[in-house]
Amino acid sequence: MTDAAPAASPAAPATSDEVAIEIRRMNKWYGQFHVLRDIDLTVMRGERIVICGPSGSGKSTLIRCINRLEEHQTGTIIVDGTELNSSLRNIDKVRSEVGMVFQHFNLFPHLTVLENCTLAPIWVRKIPRREAEETAMHFLRKVRIPEQADKYPGQLSGGQQQRVAIARSLCMRPRIMLFDEPTSALDPEMIKEVLDTMIELAEEGMTMLVVTHEMGFAQAVANRVIFMDQGQIVEQNEPGEFFRNPRSERTKLFLSQILGH
Amino acid sequence: MSDLHSQTVAYTRDTMLPPAPPPVRERGAIKWLRENLFSGPFNIALTLITLWLLWLALSEVLPWMWRGIWDAGSVTECRARPGCALRAGGAGRLLGRHPGSLAPARLRLLPRRRTVAPAAGACGLPHRHHAGPLHRPASAPAGVHGRRPLPDRLADLGGAIWGPAMVALGFVLGWAVWRLLLPRSNPGLAFTGGVLAALLWWLFLTGPVAGMLARLIPIALNPVPSDRIGGFTLSLLIGLSGITLSLPLGILLALARRSDLWIVSKAAVIYIEVIRGVPLIVWLLVAQILLNYFLPSRWSIDILVRVIVMVTLFAAAYIAEVIRGGLAAIPRGQFEAADSLGLGYWETMRLIVLPQALTISIPGIVNSFIGLLKDTTLVSIISLFDPKRMTDTIRATTEWGGIYWELYIFVGTVFFVFCFAMSRYSIWLEQRLERSHR
Repeated sequence: MTDAAPAASPAAPATSDEVAIEIRRMNKWYGQFHVLRDIDLTVMRGERIVICGPSGSGKSTLIRCINRLEEHQTGTIIVDGTELNSSLRNIDKVRSEVGMVFQHFNLFPHLTVLENCTLAPIWVRKIPRREAEETAMHFLRKVRIPEQADKYPGQLSGGQQQRVAIARSLCMRPRIMLFDEPTSALDPEMIKEVLDTMIELAEEGMTMLVVTHEMGFAQAVANRVIFMDQGQIVEQNEPGEFFRNPRSERTKLFLSQILGH
Repeated sequence: MSDLHSQTVAYTRDTMLPPAPPPVRERGAIKWLRENLFSGPFNIALTLITLWLLWLALSEVLPWMWRGIWDAGSVTECRARPGCALRAGGAGRLLGRHPGSLAPARLRLLPRRRTVAPAAGACGLPHRHHAGPLHRPASAPAGVHGRRPLPDRLADLGGAIWGPAMVALGFVLGWAVWRLLLPRSNPGLAFTGGVLAALLWWLFLTGPVAGMLARLIPIALNPVPSDRIGGFTLSLLIGLSGITLSLPLGILLALARRSDLWIVSKAAVIYIEVIRGVPLIVWLLVAQILLNYFLPSRWSIDILVRVIVMVTLFAAAYIAEVIRGGLAAIPRGQFEAADSLGLGYWETMRLIVLPQALTISIPGIVNSFIGLLKDTTLVSIISLFDPKRMTDTIRATTEWGGIYWELYIFVGTVFFVFCFAMSRYSIWLEQRLERSHR
């Protein structure tokens, strides 16, 4: 495992007692396959949660349910006070509040970096182009690639592309960020630059849910680590305790496998 | 095992090598000739045989073209000349003398003033096959629109011009209302508003405004009945209308076929399969004959309009399938990224999916367009004068009876020029779009 993340920032703001995401007894099936089973999860504003687990455990599906990229069948998901149900209005509202970063970046290859960042603000938020471009440049500076603004995604390295994807999400000024294995498709040399960006974001108090295998990042940044297996939350704890004293046998096995080499 | 490692010597490079040019044999024209023409005894033989065959063909064809007679009054004159470099002359001569028949587009735009073209009259073609105002029927009164108070030159343009212009203005109006409403309300409402504005304009204002303008500025074009349009004018009219109209229709059909809405997608599938499953000729006959049975008799739609509609509907089915292929090539991640940013269906399609899908589909779309343009010659089956049929009428004259080669070569060449141009344009477009993505 790459231990790219630097030491924890003691200055990270404490989480508030305002609820950002509330999931109650949520279940999801793919056909006959029960992917998510009775998920209960409450995320406070400003909380940074790392979700880990073996592949196929449902961790990606879980965070994709939070902005309705996947539909859940039973139970409730409430994001920022808006319940996710079949109401398109609610779905649009949640999606404009929640940013998402994907494993394979999913940048729009036919648009420049700047256009990638301004597209949604202009068309969804109805922000004037000039203003949207200023915002985009602000966030591109923040992820440290303002000089790439006029290039196309195909001209950038993987790490740069993922930072553009983060900037693109931030341009919508989301209150919650979801990260779906943001470093899994990157070369080791590029993982650090993406994690650094995420750490900065965490320091500013962004509510973050991160699916990742970067245990160094989890230890440095997370308030809470959630371990999932077979569609269920098996164990959750604050990171120190989680890594030192895992309670369930399944967690111990998983940790020994990913840390023990 | 350890023997394997006995040769291993610790080694550290202390200077990095600079890049060097490849050897002479491996670059430029020499490399190309060696690899493509003279790479072995067998290929050398093939190259020489090919060169010899080329020489045989060109030594016959080139003089034939070079010394062709480009100026003859009739086919006998052309054939009779000694050493007559055969027949190429006929076609060229034909183009010069019979502009009204084979390339009428050029003259149709001229004002009526210059119409009674002596050359065209002299060539002995039946009058009705001359498209355009060259031979305006005497029955059409001059200056139908207005009392010709303005200079004759303007009035000479004849026929309806304000009507179509005002109809076109309806589209502009609808677009303007849509753009105006878009920042203020949701996209669906803005779209409805635009359509409504255009409809109101067409229903209540187009007629009066056009009439008023015609009275104020009486310019107009000479109406040309469909059976007087022929040759490449006809082909291009049908072809270009079909191309411009079938692309948007094809896009909508492709989107419909991939839609999540069950009925919409099944309707698109049925439409596409039915249209593709029946030959174009049958559809043209439907346009010509069957529609008259189904529509009330006072709805007599012009045959040319019917043909254009049929050709458009036909081409749209093919284009829909080509674009569906392009849509299928767009990775799921693109849709997910658009969703996660809160973009709606139409915005996602218009801004993200279609630009990429259409870029991929360009070769297929242009392929369909080329097919469409050439298929316009099928309208001869419903007694319209496509270029091929025009050659029959030319041959029916006494001067040019028995001339085949030149006419077909000419018609073929013109089609080739159009199609080749489209093909090159598509390649250029592909390369340009490709470049911009990397």
